[in-house]
Amino acid sequence: MSSIDKEQYKVHKEPYYQAQGNEVTLYEAAYRNRLPVMVKGPTGCGKSRFVEYMAWKLGKPLITVACNEDMTASDLVGRYLLEANGTRWLDGPLTTAARIGAICYLDEIVEARQDTTVVIHPLTDHRRVLPLDKKGELIEAHPDFQLVISYNPGYQSLMKDLKQSTKQRFTGFDFDYPDAELETTILARETGLDEAAASQLVKIAHTARNLKGHGLDEGISTRLLVYAATLIKDGVEPRDACRMALVRPITDDADIRETLDHAIDATFA
Amino acid sequence: MSATETEYQHPLMKAYWAQLDTGFKPIGDVFEDVMAEALAILSREGIDAYLEAARVIGKLGRGVEPMLAFMEEWPSAAKAIGEETLPEVMALIQRMQKSPNGKAIAPFLETLAPVARKLHSQRQMGHYLNIALDFMERTTGSIHGHHTTFPSPGLPDFFAQAPFLLGQVSLSGLRNWVDYGVANYRSHPERQKDYFSLQSADSRAVLQRERHGTLFMDVERKLDLYLRGLWRVTEQLVPYSTAFDEIRQPVPYYDKLGMRIPDVYDDAGAITGLDRYRATLAHMVGHRRWTEALIADNWSPFQRMAVEFFEDCRIETLLSREYPGLKRVFLALHPKPVEGACDEETTSCLRYRMAMLSRALLDPAHGYADADLLEYVRRFNELMAEGTSNTADIATLALSYVTRTRRQSDQLAKVHFADTVVDYRDDNRQMWRFIEESDDEEMFEKEKKRTDSEEIKGLPPRHYPEWDYRSQTYRPDWASVYEALHPKGNPADIDKLLLKHGALAKRLKRILDLLKPQDKVRIRYQEEGSELDLDVALRSLIDFKGGATPDPRINMSHRTDGRDISVMLLLDLSESLNEKAAGSDQTILELSQEAVSLLAWAVEQLGDPFAIAGFHSNTRHDVRYLHVKGYGERWGDDAKARLAAMQAGWSTRMGAAMRHAAHYLEARPADKKLMLILTDGQPSDVDVQDEQLLIEDTRQAVKELDQKGIFTYCISLDPKADEYVSTIFGRQYTVIDNIQRLPERLPELFMALTK
Repeated sequence: MSSIDKEQYKVHKEPYYQAQGNEVTLYEAAYRNRLPVMVKGPTGCGKSRFVEYMAWKLGKPLITVACNEDMTASDLVGRYLLEANGTRWLDGPLTTAARIGAICYLDEIVEARQDTTVVIHPLTDHRRVLPLDKKGELIEAHPDFQLVISYNPGYQSLMKDLKQSTKQRFTGFDFDYPDAELETTILARETGLDEAAASQLVKIAHTARNLKGHGLDEGISTRLLVYAATLIKDGVEPRDACRMALVRPITDDADIRETLDHAIDATFA
Repeated sequence: MSATETEYQHPLMKAYWAQLDTGFKPIGDVFEDVMAEALAILSREGIDAYLEAARVIGKLGRGVEPMLAFMEEWPSAAKAIGEETLPEVMALIQRMQKSPNGKAIAPFLETLAPVARKLHSQRQMGHYLNIALDFMERTTGSIHGHHTTFPSPGLPDFFAQAPFLLGQVSLSGLRNWVDYGVANYRSHPERQKDYFSLQSADSRAVLQRERHGTLFMDVERKLDLYLRGLWRVTEQLVPYSTAFDEIRQPVPYYDKLGMRIPDVYDDAGAITGLDRYRATLAHMVGHRRWTEALIADNWSPFQRMAVEFFEDCRIETLLSREYPGLKRVFLALHPKPVEGACDEETTSCLRYRMAMLSRALLDPAHGYADADLLEYVRRFNELMAEGTSNTADIATLALSYVTRTRRQSDQLAKVHFADTVVDYRDDNRQMWRFIEESDDEEMFEKEKKRTDSEEIKGLPPRHYPEWDYRSQTYRPDWASVYEALHPKGNPADIDKLLLKHGALAKRLKRILDLLKPQDKVRIRYQEEGSELDLDVALRSLIDFKGGATPDPRINMSHRTDGRDISVMLLLDLSESLNEKAAGSDQTILELSQEAVSLLAWAVEQLGDPFAIAGFHSNTRHDVRYLHVKGYGERWGDDAKARLAAMQAGWSTRMGAAMRHAAHYLEARPADKKLMLILTDGQPSDVDVQDEQLLIEDTRQAVKELDQKGIFTYCISLDPKADEYVSTIFGRQYTVIDNIQRLPERLPELFMALTK
């Protein structure tokens, strides 16, 4: 089992991450004590980037699982596969992480069905073990292993909330879109767009975020801003880039679309 | 001097006068003036036709007014629409003369010129004449079998209003407005007059609907989003009417109660009505953000005006800093006074100078050369370059500008107004604080009248439109719906009813258990399914390799089994429910109560959100909507008590009740929305003679609900319902002939519908 190549999970190049507060120090403290971490926040605000950055900073391998509704417990833990002369056990990503001492990041965990998420429970408390009932093995988690989950509390329905018994096993970070100045810096750093244009994009994003709850489920995310900035950098006319990257993806509501289009026209004189 | 003795010096005038062949003195008085105008505008043949037409009108026997009106109006009308239109105009006059509507000739001719100026072309005029003719023929009355004896009551008023109407609506809008009035008030002479003289409320409402431009009500949500999104302001927007205040056009303003803006904006050049609204709102937002109130008492009106102009420019400069794109809109809407357009000797030019300065402050490419103006533009820009500045500093600058540029002529009464109105700016009333209310010495403490405000009973009415199938239009705000909680009775009565149907309830329970929601389930062990169940597949394969018989059921599939239905049960509580059901000693009302309580019990078992309401109506002004059970309520004693107290009375205005119920159902988050309507007869009301009208309206309501994603289903207890119920509900209905079986049938029906 030690044949797993740890290196492939390592983050080799420093990802660009701009801290919004003291989250980096806090995460380091949580990791020192191997506490499970939950990262909450609206879509595209930098949750995954943060985890990636922390993995790089701590120099630990990172195994990311994008959760979905069809995912079963076997997809996380592992299953038997057939070979020519018998069966072979294949570790799932969670098992691998526990063996090699990686940070296991379950992205958008609420998308997975609730019975699936229960398998992480024994790993998240003082036991730090993962029982593989099908295989009849009990894995002691590697000392470096840590579990991180993320979810977006904004748009999920009641059906898609985490169980209390799951929630109460984690320490939590609440993320939100950075303030205007910081977001401008992030945008400029990430895409190389000049600050003036970046601040105009951020302004449009704020227009949309003000409309959240009035016909918009989510405002324009930092990720979409990065898309828009990338398009502008590529020579696309800023108005067109904004319409394409910022407005069209987030709404089908004609009134809101028109208001945001107007905001774009008003921002770019 | 009698007219026949008039001696005209010029032989030509003499000939014209002879051609006119009239004895009316007032004509003689104005003859020379109108002829001078006519000669300047009309051709030779035109003059002949003009005089001939005037002669004919003079001989109609309608007195001098029609002729005088024609003589005075025609030349300028002809200028606008061409003199070839005369035969058409004369044809209409002849028609009016031959009908009992001769009295309308004078109002028609009196407004001919203003109407012509609004219409521009002969073709358009032809349409207008057709509308008038059509109107006349449809409203000239034969009441009680008399033959064309009564003149059209609304026609003179219509002609009198025509120029105003055409200022507001296009010709097709005018036609719709006329059609609506004719269709609804043909048989009410007095109300017809009210309608066509624009006195009645619905006349104005229909006109509003037909107006050109961007209507506030159409863009309200966009403006709301605009304020919220771009400016983070949530403010009540209150429209004021611009249609009925011709002399003093109201100006936007804001106060504690909200921002007041016009109910309609026409496009201004390249700027759309919507952008004009946005500019107006942005300006007010700017004031709210940056303007501090000043004490006005010591300043003259001129000084205040100057301060307002400067402050407005400061606000707009700051707004454009926030959103540079706004500048384009402001500049397009801001007038551009031409330098030198105002004569300082004879006219008060202060307004004009301020408007020019205002333009220059906003528009770097203003191109004005006035030295003072340029200096103040520079000083203003210097001030603004330092930051946001403030109202007090700007006021100081404004005052010094007024002092510098003061002219003696500023005091003159004749004010230069052209190009000085900036119509997106508000009236700045929030900028001024008055310490003394007035300079008058005789000021008394205002006696505060104590009005005993009447205790409001229930909610204010909600208004719903009604569909008029004859004109294929909605009558705006036609039915008033008053809603209230149903009074309570004794809940034990309902429990007794449920007990009585114990056996039935048991039977229903079995069906209910099958219907209970089980959410999305994964079905494993399927031979055929949507995907491979990997774990089972492996096990099978291992069995196979091991020599045992493998299990072929290696697929799985998913089945959604969640119920997400919101139900609204709407009960017709009209008088006819008090009748005994055929072959039973119970009234239909009692049977309905039983049925509804069973249904409510069944739905409660299923856990679907469920509301019950009853309705009846007493004319369109009083449609009552009574809540029996709300969505948030349990099927408990409160709801049962209300159901127990149910009483029947009055009529069935179903469309309005359905629209009201729909607005509750629409707000439910459920996937499926079901509205059940339990009724015992066709829609009808005492103020509607035409049976078909409310049937068609209800049918229209069903269509509207369908568009909102609400499924309507009618349970009719009227054995004769077949005649109309399918017209209204299509195939979504059941007629229950044997009313005694209603308690059994209703829950069954519901379950069948939602299975």
